[in-house]
Amino acid sequence: MTIPNTTIPNRGIYLDNNATTRVDPDVLAEMLPLFTEHFGNPSSMHAFGAAVGGKIEWARKQVQALLGAAHDSEIVFTSGGTESDNTAILSIIEAYPKKREIVTSVVEHPAVLALCDYLEKKRDYKIHRIPVDGKGNLDIDAYRAALSDQVAIVSIMWANNETGTIFPIEELAQMAKAVGAVFHTDAVQAVGKIPMKLADSAVDMLSLSGHKLHAPKGIGALYVKRGLRFRPMLRGGHQERSRRAGTENAPAIVGLGAAAHLALSHMGEENTRVKAQRDRLEQAILAAVPACFVTGNPDHRLPNTCNIAFEFIEGEAILLLLNEQGIAASSGSACTSGSLEPSHVMRAMGVPYTAAHGATRFSLSRDTTDAEIDHVIAVVPGIIAKLRSLSPYWQQEAGKPKEFAPVYS
Amino acid sequence: MWNYTDKVKEHFFNPKNSGVLDSANAVGEVGSITCGDALRLMLKVDPDTQVILDAKFQTFGCGSAIASSSALTEMIIGKTVDEALTLTNRDIAEYLGGLPPEKMHCSVMGAEALRAAIANYKGEEWVDDHEEGELICKCFGVDAAMIERAVTVNGLTSLEEVTHYTKAGGSCQTCHEKIEEVLEAVMAKTGALKPAAKHTPGTVGLDAIKPLPAKPEPAAAPKLTNVQRMQAIMSAIEEMRPQIQRDGGDVELVDIDGKDIYVRLTGACSGCSQSAGTMMGVQMKLVEALGEFVRVKPASLMPAHAG
Repeated sequence: MTIPNTTIPNRGIYLDNNATTRVDPDVLAEMLPLFTEHFGNPSSMHAFGAAVGGKIEWARKQVQALLGAAHDSEIVFTSGGTESDNTAILSIIEAYPKKREIVTSVVEHPAVLALCDYLEKKRDYKIHRIPVDGKGNLDIDAYRAALSDQVAIVSIMWANNETGTIFPIEELAQMAKAVGAVFHTDAVQAVGKIPMKLADSAVDMLSLSGHKLHAPKGIGALYVKRGLRFRPMLRGGHQERSRRAGTENAPAIVGLGAAAHLALSHMGEENTRVKAQRDRLEQAILAAVPACFVTGNPDHRLPNTCNIAFEFIEGEAILLLLNEQGIAASSGSACTSGSLEPSHVMRAMGVPYTAAHGATRFSLSRDTTDAEIDHVIAVVPGIIAKLRSLSPYWQQEAGKPKEFAPVYS
Repeated sequence: MWNYTDKVKEHFFNPKNSGVLDSANAVGEVGSITCGDALRLMLKVDPDTQVILDAKFQTFGCGSAIASSSALTEMIIGKTVDEALTLTNRDIAEYLGGLPPEKMHCSVMGAEALRAAIANYKGEEWVDDHEEGELICKCFGVDAAMIERAVTVNGLTSLEEVTHYTKAGGSCQTCHEKIEEVLEAVMAKTGALKPAAKHTPGTVGLDAIKPLPAKPEPAAAPKLTNVQRMQAIMSAIEEMRPQIQRDGGDVELVDIDGKDIYVRLTGACSGCSQSAGTMMGVQMKLVEALGEFVRVKPASLMPAHAG
């Protein structure tokens, strides 16, 4: 089968928005004066500083609005999702030194998992990693069993970055509160796509990242509910009410504020137009390509994310051929990361290795157009067929898998 | 995105000799499904001349796995079975203009499929004795399995020893934490790590306090004359040259200025990303040979001679 030669838009088709997003031009416009004109240090007494301080407080209010937080002082600006996650967990275990257990899930981002591994190995913490089922849903019974008054903090993601599967955060947070544990959620993928009202929620802490919602890289925030015990990770100046020392990254903070403002106004669009594009892409691929399936929970996931496992072929090869067609996507394959095993999320869901290596994620954004989706739909079946024609697991004439049992090392 | 050479891209986008070879009389199937690679190599060997007349492959794997398979078939067609057996995975990688360190295992799979296919042709049993682990040292392409083996077999106990035995961690040094983790894991398994005696919190275990052993006076290194010292440096560098030459490079002593020893790296070493590691290796060797601390510097850093 040959790959149809439809026109590739000049700028390429970017369907990797769960990895990072384009900075919105309106966001950039808000940021630019902070580099050259309003360059002062907000801590300074003079007018140069004061102008910037006002801008930062404006940005804080925008993030507060996006999260539905009760107070703007509950927002702490950080360098991004990883710093927010690390700060939340390290802060709470320092504030509650006698509680020696942490609850998290097997499908968390490495920003949480690697830190928990470290705390387990070097500081003797007991880590409960709650498993998921084949559709990526959290095992609530195992979660309930892990909760006790020994748990310092629960850290569970709001939505999964690879599959988009959404966890029942409010329910989980209330269960954690019932045993006196602090509840933190890594909401890096969820913020801007799921409406939130943290003022009425049991969630104590929430991490978000700017570059997932059309703000620049290197900026994020940690929501800390008023009254929560907090210990800073970075000590130094009194910035962010002494919760995160270091001169504020003022241009990026203002960019995040502008992006939060835009995200709030585009949230409806994400859940209607973008969702419809995602569904159209997914259905067309499932209809045209044999032996592939959607991973995660299709009924309960982010509106922009679609993760399809193509069986008997490998993800990096798919990405390279998509890239030739100007299409950017991502993969849970081992080879794209340089590790030897496919994504921990695919393995946690029990997706077989032959399919996990071919798991391909398309993540859309409000920048995605119908013409782009048309092009992807047109070329994907040919790419999959080309790679399957090379695969020893695939019987080309019959269009189905065949027996193949190599000597495994 | 990986930094693939044009040759890798050429063999990935337009693979040579892919598909099923119906007339094959030698088939090798190898792979590792967890790391996402599997390869079936099919050969047609002329029984009279032992020449490989045709070769085809089918590969489940990433871009470099497909490119390595394609390159392999191109390299072996027309060779005799015995000639083909002399090919190593490095030859495949070189044919492709190099592979990223994380991807060298793709070329290993190609070389193994070839051995498996030839064993099949000769009616021999082929056993895969190749182990593979997470890549730890990117500079020298050393994986966890290799470090584990070196630690177990040689009873290594420190990071420095691991570097001496495997080169791992000898260049950019960013993998030192990971090497120590592997080392600790192996030592914990073999019982080389004994847990410290436990005491009630807040008390000091008196049994743990022992008088410090008398420190033996370090035997004063015999003072070398300037000529002896120069000869020691020259012979140490001479000893290192064959190893560096094997990698296509060379090293030459340029000048000795007290603790500063200037050398020039030539051949494949010049401009090589690992030349810093090589310089450090030379320095370690000289420190060992002289029993004093010296710095090895590139000749380009030599101060200009006044007058």
